[in-house]
Amino acid sequence: MEHADELLELLCENARYSTADLARLSGLPEATVEETIAELEAEGIIQGYTAVVDWDAVSDDRIQAHVELNVTLDRETSYRDVAERVAGFREVQGLRLVSGDYDFALEVEGQNMREVSRFISDKIAPLPEITQTVTHYIMETYKQSGHRFDDGDDDDRLSVTP
Amino acid sequence: MSLEPSERVAHVPPSGIRRFFELAEEMDDVISLGVGEPDFSAPWSAREAAIAALERGQTSYTANRGKRELREEIAADARRWNLEYDPDDEVLVTAGASEAIDLAFRALVDPGDTVAVAQPCYVSYTPGVTFSGGEVLDVPTRVEDEFTLTPEVLRAAGAEAADLLVYCYPNNPTGATMDRAELAEVAAFCREHDIAVLSDEIYADLTYEGEHVSIAELDGMRERTVVFNGFSKAYAMTGLRLGYAMGPKEVITAMNRIHQYTMLSAPTTAQNAGIEAIRNCREDVEEMRSQYDRRRNFVLSRFEEMGIDCFEATGAFYVFPECPGEDAAQFAEDLLEAESVAMVPGDAFGVGADGHLRASYATGLDELREAMDRLERFVS
Ligand SMILES: Cc1ncc(COP(=O)(O)O)c(C=O)c1O
Repeated sequence: MEHADELLELLCENARYSTADLARLSGLPEATVEETIAELEAEGIIQGYTAVVDWDAVSDDRIQAHVELNVTLDRETSYRDVAERVAGFREVQGLRLVSGDYDFALEVEGQNMREVSRFISDKIAPLPEITQTVTHYIMETYKQSGHRFDDGDDDDRLSVTP
Repeated sequence: MSLEPSERVAHVPPSGIRRFFELAEEMDDVISLGVGEPDFSAPWSAREAAIAALERGQTSYTANRGKRELREEIAADARRWNLEYDPDDEVLVTAGASEAIDLAFRALVDPGDTVAVAQPCYVSYTPGVTFSGGEVLDVPTRVEDEFTLTPEVLRAAGAEAADLLVYCYPNNPTGATMDRAELAEVAAFCREHDIAVLSDEIYADLTYEGEHVSIAELDGMRERTVVFNGFSKAYAMTGLRLGYAMGPKEVITAMNRIHQYTMLSAPTTAQNAGIEAIRNCREDVEEMRSQYDRRRNFVLSRFEEMGIDCFEATGAFYVFPECPGEDAAQFAEDLLEAESVAMVPGDAFGVGADGHLRASYATGLDELREAMDRLERFVS
């Protein structure tokens, strides 16, 4: 899959590029584009396609939180075991093991702060491996997945220049 | 004395782009493929360096030739193209490449001297020669040579008699580039007929196939060449107005003589940004370059699919398709009116460009896609 990187980059930029556009942009034949993407999907390198949404612009009844989790492990319990338990919840949108002051970084989504707080206190904190949670509510998003949210039409160039 | 413009100025017509600009400005929702500058902003760290310098109160003039630090960076950077210039007296920092080009004409051209201008080309050479009292010799390049400059077209134009030759490669408006072998033939022609060369290489970093080659690197050319470059295109710094010239000491000294009286020094804030740009923005340039390259692939494919002839432009951020209509100026106007897409008729860039249009791909992909869809609708 020698063209994988180029195609992955293009798809990360815009997952909705048609096969024809991907071919035009990369200079590859359409068949190669299709084959490569099929392979990337089959191998699980491409895990899915998603939209980058500014939910604040849609409605008020959705809130995201970034939650720090600290855990304690024992011989029978690994990070992966904890991750399995945590990732299972529908409310958990993202889960990563990170270096630094805490172990897991969680992205949680709910309708409002109360719902998210209840989810953390009822479902996450009581898990036996969890020793501490710190919840940060997202107040404003400026940039996500490479997209600037305030990036309106600010092209101030003259329309025709030499 | 009245305030009548001098004959020299009155002679020079307003830029052919101007009229088209006025048409486009009157309309809403125009997607413009007529823009000759990057759609990116300057790399953040270069902007940050400019801001930081302002915060430190660096608002005075610099040395006439430009800050030494910047000249050193420029000279070091030029080694990428096998060019060796002494930052002390062979590099001059200017307010855009535009100023440097103007200085070179004024420093080198005597009344009656002939300057061969390879065309189509950037719009300022011909007026610049006129302003300095020289005679312009039009050298039209040909689509069958993919708009490269050849000894044949030079000879056909009678350029043996020229004192100076000016051109830009990678080229605005065609997107043409010239490789080493092609430049070597031009170099041989210039040596044979003792012609000095002004080589505008402002798009050098935006070369998509092979490496950019400067004519100044070739045998016997350094001593007869002035190289122009700048920060406007590669670093998306057009509004900061920063460029430079590199050449033998005599010519740089002469250019600086004019510069020290007319400009004093290039904008200080821009110079501070420029130092950072060369030092730390290579990756930003690469990223922009790869974005342009994708768009180039994209528009070339779309033209091909529409049956519009277009040679494979390999530099700058322009493609130069053949106009599908009879008259390029009329076609461009009709296209603008019907579909609100602006492309500039080729003849705004001099001779040899009839029947062509310049399409700039310094525009976001979403807009490019929309523009191509509209164009397709218009021609089908
Ligand atoms: C070939 C060429 N040379 C020079 C310039 C002017 O550059 P600067 O902004 O450095 O004055 C341009 C700008 O469009 C150009 O296309």
